[in-house]
Amino acid sequence: MTSPDIAIIGGGNAALCAAITAVEAGARVLILETAPKSYRGGNSRHTRNFRCMHHGPLGPLVDSYTEEEYLADLMKVTGGKTDEGLARLAIRTSEECLPWMEEHGVRFQPSLSGTLSLARTNAFFLGGGKSLVNAYYRTAEKLGVQVEYEAAVTHLELDEDRVTRIDYTQNGQMHTIAPKSVVVASGGFQADTDWLARAWGPAAKNFLIRGTPYNRGVVLADLLDQGIEQVGDPTQCHAVAIDGRAPKFDGGIVTRLDCVPFSIVVNKDAQRFYDEGEDVWPKRYAIWGRLVAAQPDQVGYVIIDAKSLELFMPSVFPPIKADTLEELADKMGLPADALVQTVSEFNDACGDTSGFHPTELDGVTTTGLNPPKTNWARPITEPPFYGYSLRTGVTFTYLGLKVDEHAQCSVGNRPVTNLWAAGETMAGSILGQGYLAGFGMTIGTVFGRIAGKEAAAHANSN
Amino acid sequence: MQIQTDFLEEARRQAEICNACRYCEGYCSVFPALHAERAFSDGDLTQLANLCHNCRGCYYACQYTAPHEFDLNLPQALANVRQDSWEELAFPRAAGKAFQKNGVLIAIVTVIGFALLFWAARALSSAGGEGFYAVLSHNAMVAIFLPAFLFPLFSIAVSLRRYWRRVDAGPFEPAHLVKALKQAANMRNLKGGHGDGCNFEDEDRFTHARRAVHQAVMYGFLLCFASTSVATVMHYVFNMPAPYGLLSLPKLLGVSGGLLLVVGCFEMIRLKLRSDRSLGATAAFGGEMAFVGLLGFVGFSGLALYALGQTTVMPTLLAIHLGAVLAFFLLTPFSKMAHGFYRLAALTAEAGRKG
Ligand SMILES: Cc1cc2nc3c(=O)[nH]c(=O)nc-3n(C[C@H](O)[C@H](O)[C@H](O)COP(=O)(O)OP(=O)(O)OC[C@H]3O[C@@H](n4cnc5c(N)ncnc54)[C@H](O)[C@@H]3O)c2cc1C
Ligand code: SF4
Ligand code: SF4
Repeated sequence: MTSPDIAIIGGGNAALCAAITAVEAGARVLILETAPKSYRGGNSRHTRNFRCMHHGPLGPLVDSYTEEEYLADLMKVTGGKTDEGLARLAIRTSEECLPWMEEHGVRFQPSLSGTLSLARTNAFFLGGGKSLVNAYYRTAEKLGVQVEYEAAVTHLELDEDRVTRIDYTQNGQMHTIAPKSVVVASGGFQADTDWLARAWGPAAKNFLIRGTPYNRGVVLADLLDQGIEQVGDPTQCHAVAIDGRAPKFDGGIVTRLDCVPFSIVVNKDAQRFYDEGEDVWPKRYAIWGRLVAAQPDQVGYVIIDAKSLELFMPSVFPPIKADTLEELADKMGLPADALVQTVSEFNDACGDTSGFHPTELDGVTTTGLNPPKTNWARPITEPPFYGYSLRTGVTFTYLGLKVDEHAQCSVGNRPVTNLWAAGETMAGSILGQGYLAGFGMTIGTVFGRIAGKEAAAHANSN
Repeated sequence: MQIQTDFLEEARRQAEICNACRYCEGYCSVFPALHAERAFSDGDLTQLANLCHNCRGCYYACQYTAPHEFDLNLPQALANVRQDSWEELAFPRAAGKAFQKNGVLIAIVTVIGFALLFWAARALSSAGGEGFYAVLSHNAMVAIFLPAFLFPLFSIAVSLRRYWRRVDAGPFEPAHLVKALKQAANMRNLKGGHGDGCNFEDEDRFTHARRAVHQAVMYGFLLCFASTSVATVMHYVFNMPAPYGLLSLPKLLGVSGGLLLVVGCFEMIRLKLRSDRSLGATAAFGGEMAFVGLLGFVGFSGLALYALGQTTVMPTLLAIHLGAVLAFFLLTPFSKMAHGFYRLAALTAEAGRKG
């Protein structure tokens, strides 16, 4: 293909939804994906579900989930920092997306074990996000979309209100193309830890990146440098506390730890720093990423005893195990005396535990302890003792391209006539902070389809 | 009884990752069984391995396959454990070890089968017999094939008992077997969790090819087997010895079964050649192919015999066909053929576990 009608930058969910929509509208479409084929699909390959509004049962979803309820859920997690117009657009359109996804090869399944609370609101992909990505690539290629892997876009040339060319490198060679329309769907910048460190401070060097190493924000930075309208706070990122032994990149879902509510969490000085019993997963899951980030060396340690071991989803790496707290402290590199003292203070503050209930806020609390543990507070007494280290795992960043309801980017006060953005790279237009499980795929699907449609309409009329 | 520990260790490592992930839960019966455990004993892994039918859905869907450092390849890990379990549980064990992975040995046994039958035809031909029995007397056939049929049955019974113990299954209940048979009859699991089939011959594309081909082989084989059984009943109960006419039950069953078997085996070989070998037990590839070839050849020589039964090549063809059948029977417990029995046992045990 010399110059396609439409170039789509990125190879994840948003890019694929845009590509499929555009090619179905009759345009010649090229996908430029910086990852090799084996790693295609960005963070989308790590996902598992899609949050979807529905009036009555839809696909795997039971009951109904209304626009107002969905919006209220979103407002709660973002503390109101939400663009309501765009949020409503995403929510409302999600309902027609689910059958569209099925028509284009995505398969759903009933909620996974351990996530039954989401059966009404979230549709789970059979096989997870990579199977969704595979299905979309199959569909796109069958429809005639051309896909280039290991094609790293380095620059978009902006001439006033138009993108005139795209530069990318592939196999060490520079290429330049001049498509009529461009869709940016290349995610956030979280994999560029230098950038994270500039935004967050040096502590960010110790963060782990839960998803793809390829979302380095190259295109985002390039466009922001040229004055494309930006949105979102660069210091904001979605982060959770994950297993400290996880790989630097791409550890994905398996590195999560669900044991915090049944534990005490200490820092490297063996001191507690927050109420571990504040709320049930997944609501409070996200705050621990920030809490751990604020501790010395950005690390935390979860301590549990034998009676709690089977109360949470199994971890990908086995816990560190010891017959005594001293031995556990030794194995984990914690000061033994301090750990023993912290645990015994905690144990002394525990009271009646007969009301303990692992899946509800049970009100089994400590008394006279600072910080308190307000639920599931049972003394840590039964050997063997187990421990995990915790680190901050970044899911995505919020800084992005500002778009309107047509997914179109702007420069100054004018729209860029041939530039659209979809997915994580523009999610900040909707979410200012916080995150609602399954909403990332909703944003990517809804705005990917809008961007594809608009880009094709522009290409077809020029 | 020690399955190679490195295979077990590798399967355990991967099962633990899957247990923290669960994305593949809907693909097959392996995952619900896997997620019911927190730790995996050797018996658990053997059971999981025999529940897996190598559809590869979980490989292509996995975000952790190489070059990712977690290096997931569950279809291969389970195939290795499964293959090893068939060797270790075989009776006699040495035969399992010898034949499972060795296509050349399978071919040699087949040739020995031919030779034996040629010799028998020459030495034991009966003047009085009609049709095939003119080549080899009925009694001679029985003398060769009855033990060749009973021994594999006995051997498999011993193996299944060993299997039952190894996976620590509860008391046997017929209701569980019925449930397992139903699942096997339509190969429910081969449809994938979504009914689109499995990934086999074309990377992540879902097709029904493998299921269709496997159905052809299985039903082809069962029809041929039914043909022989019906003929036996006709011979002994109704005193109606062979040869049988064109529209007789044994012929109808045998010809349709033979056709299915030949087409099925041929297509199965083609699919296997197109598939990615590194997602199965690579060491057993030759053995599997040889076995499928032998099975297809049994069907083919049977059809040839049917077509040319009235000609002068009949005695040669008969010896070749019966030689192949003999090799097939004797190798059943020690070849890929055994998988059907183990799989049924695994499904039965699983039905029992679920209560
Ligand atoms: C572990 C994990 C689990 C998650 N689970 C869920 C979930 O269950 N549900 C949900 O809704 N959300 C989930 N999310 C969030 C979700 O992944 C994102 O919101 C969504 O995938 C974003 O899709 P996208 O297409 O915008 O970006 P991505 O899927 O990340 O795609 C970006 C693409 O751009 C490519 N790219 C980057 N730079 C360049 C360049 N310079 N040139 C060319 N290509 C480039 C990348 O290689 C990649 O293919 C999860 C995230 C993580 C990390
Ligand atoms: S095979 Fe991969 S995607 Fe599937 S459950 Fe296991 S780890 Fe998860
Ligand atoms: S290969 Fe198929 S049958 Fe085997 S575990 Fe994976 S999905 Fe299940």
